[in-house]
Amino acid sequence: MASVILPSAPSESRPGRFGVYGGRYVPETLMAALVELEREYEAAKADAAFQAKLNELLRDFAGRPTPLYFAQRLTESLGGAKIYLKREDLLHTGAHKINNALGQGLLAKRMGKRRIIAETGAGQHGVATAAVCAHLGLECIVYMGEVDMARQELNVLRMKLMGAEVRGVSSGSKTLKDAISEAMRDWVTNVRTTHYLLGSALGAHPYPTMVRDFHRCISREMKEQILEKEGRLPTAVIACVGGGSNAIGAFYEFIPERDVRLIGVEAGGRGTALGEHAARFEGGVPGVLQGTFSYVLQDENGQIAQTHSVSAGLDYASIGPEHAMLHDSKRAEYTSRNDAEALDALVKLARTEGILPALESAHAVAEALRIAPTLSPRDILVVNLSGRGDKDMGILAHELHLEGK
Amino acid sequence: MPIHFQSKPGLVIYLTAGDPSIEATRAIAIDAIDAGADVIELGVPFSDPLADGPVIQRASERALAHGVSLKDVLALAKEIRTARPQAGLIIFTYLNPILRYGLARFADDAAAAGADGVLVTDMIVEEAADRVSDLLGELSRVSLAPIFLAAPTSPDERLQAIAAHSTAFIYAISRVGITGKQQSLAADASELVARIRRWSKLPVAVGFGISSAQHVAQVGEFADAVVIGSTIVELIERSAPAEAPGAVARFIKGLRQPETALVR
Repeated sequence: MASVILPSAPSESRPGRFGVYGGRYVPETLMAALVELEREYEAAKADAAFQAKLNELLRDFAGRPTPLYFAQRLTESLGGAKIYLKREDLLHTGAHKINNALGQGLLAKRMGKRRIIAETGAGQHGVATAAVCAHLGLECIVYMGEVDMARQELNVLRMKLMGAEVRGVSSGSKTLKDAISEAMRDWVTNVRTTHYLLGSALGAHPYPTMVRDFHRCISREMKEQILEKEGRLPTAVIACVGGGSNAIGAFYEFIPERDVRLIGVEAGGRGTALGEHAARFEGGVPGVLQGTFSYVLQDENGQIAQTHSVSAGLDYASIGPEHAMLHDSKRAEYTSRNDAEALDALVKLARTEGILPALESAHAVAEALRIAPTLSPRDILVVNLSGRGDKDMGILAHELHLEGK
Repeated sequence: MPIHFQSKPGLVIYLTAGDPSIEATRAIAIDAIDAGADVIELGVPFSDPLADGPVIQRASERALAHGVSLKDVLALAKEIRTARPQAGLIIFTYLNPILRYGLARFADDAAAAGADGVLVTDMIVEEAADRVSDLLGELSRVSLAPIFLAAPTSPDERLQAIAAHSTAFIYAISRVGITGKQQSLAADASELVARIRRWSKLPVAVGFGISSAQHVAQVGEFADAVVIGSTIVELIERSAPAEAPGAVARFIKGLRQPETALVR
């Protein structure tokens, strides 16, 4: 471990701290906006009319609740634990991201902020934000790294079609991390009129808590649905972890259920050297990136490392602070699956079930494929299928040599 | 405590350490002090400078491209301190490089290098007092001054907290936004300085966007010092390395020329 000195016991639970992690490491200019956001979010949480409107939109606009689907052919082909898929991929705009975009969009409107900025990696958060802004009549600007714009071009076009302005980011690694920095620069400059609709359980307080709360519906539904179908809780819940929003949403209601294993799957990329992957718990050390204290992939001088993953949405050097706490307390387990394993899992799911997952979600599927055969048919795995893979067709055509076959 | 402002207004000059090289930054800093800079802010290059505009982002990239580390910056600080003991010296950094180095070790080494103060861009006063990242405790242990930013968006209760934890001067941001030049100064700046003075008797330096003798004269009417960053860094970017110290010194002398400041 590095020379970061951690207190022996977690600090008293200040809001926004997850054990020692989290906090608010931002330029002073943003503090007033963060305090306002925290206050407005707390007020909205207690406001029945706000909650009713959000629930109505989640149902009628986004398509909640999403099904919990028993993947029978996949299960039979592996010969072990029963595999269920939580179908967040069926949501409007194609991923879980819409849950949070709707919540924060309504909140921005409540605060009287009519200009929305967002960052996006894979483009799913950008598309969700563009859709919500179109629905609510808000101005929408999305920052996206140029590398990601090239590999997720379809989502760039979808955002533009819904009226969003997509601003390419050419600094640094030209991926999610740089898009967040550029969005924060915009926010610092336009903080009086603008809401930053952050798309993952990252950043300064109150974002990690607020984004998690907007995704809690995933585990709430999972719990009800599995009890209805199986009469008991699952052996494990498995989710991919980039910033960590779908995973924290899928884990949250199960945290008190100590018998349910929670498994987060990071991107193993193409190798174990720094720069070749995005597995923060296998090479990262605690540090501060973009507003929060968590595990960060960095060099010995504290410079943030480059990352690699075939999936743009997992390609990030830090991880949500609540995951850092769950990791240290061992309440959740974190592992990584590499690019090749994710691609294999994607193909397997497509061929056995007729479901094409996003490359991000394919990492969670890959972990299920790995452990299901080691478990008994009495065991139940619930995989959060956080998004669909239509956006990845360009990468898949190239990686799997689909053309001309 | 060599942080004092000789002239009215005092001049604080920001340099990204190691851009274009450690040797060049040393020469530029020394010439800047000889030309009238009261305080040098030595910037630690960082891979993800989210509070900085394109000019300082590029300077950081150049410095990092040849491997400049926090250790190098502290060694450079010591050299500047030895060469020009009279000038103030501040280490200006993002949090992660000093966290990785270790806050206690950083405080010890910065003090040993002869720095007077430390400004951490992404460290608000509450977090600097939190035991997870107790910068205030570490700096006070070695008598280094914590420098905090105050923003036009900071409400009075935040200014009060900033004032309570400051010991050398308070850095007022002239406008909301990232670092970089601007044509005219926002009215934000004088209002903010007036609000800060309600809570603190310390000198107030105004920074962000100050780029001309005219700005310096304007800010001098209501603040104790000005901070000039991006304009200097851009001048260094445009100059051949051997000519950069002279160009910066000429620019700093020009900031004091009243004739260029006549037009308001």
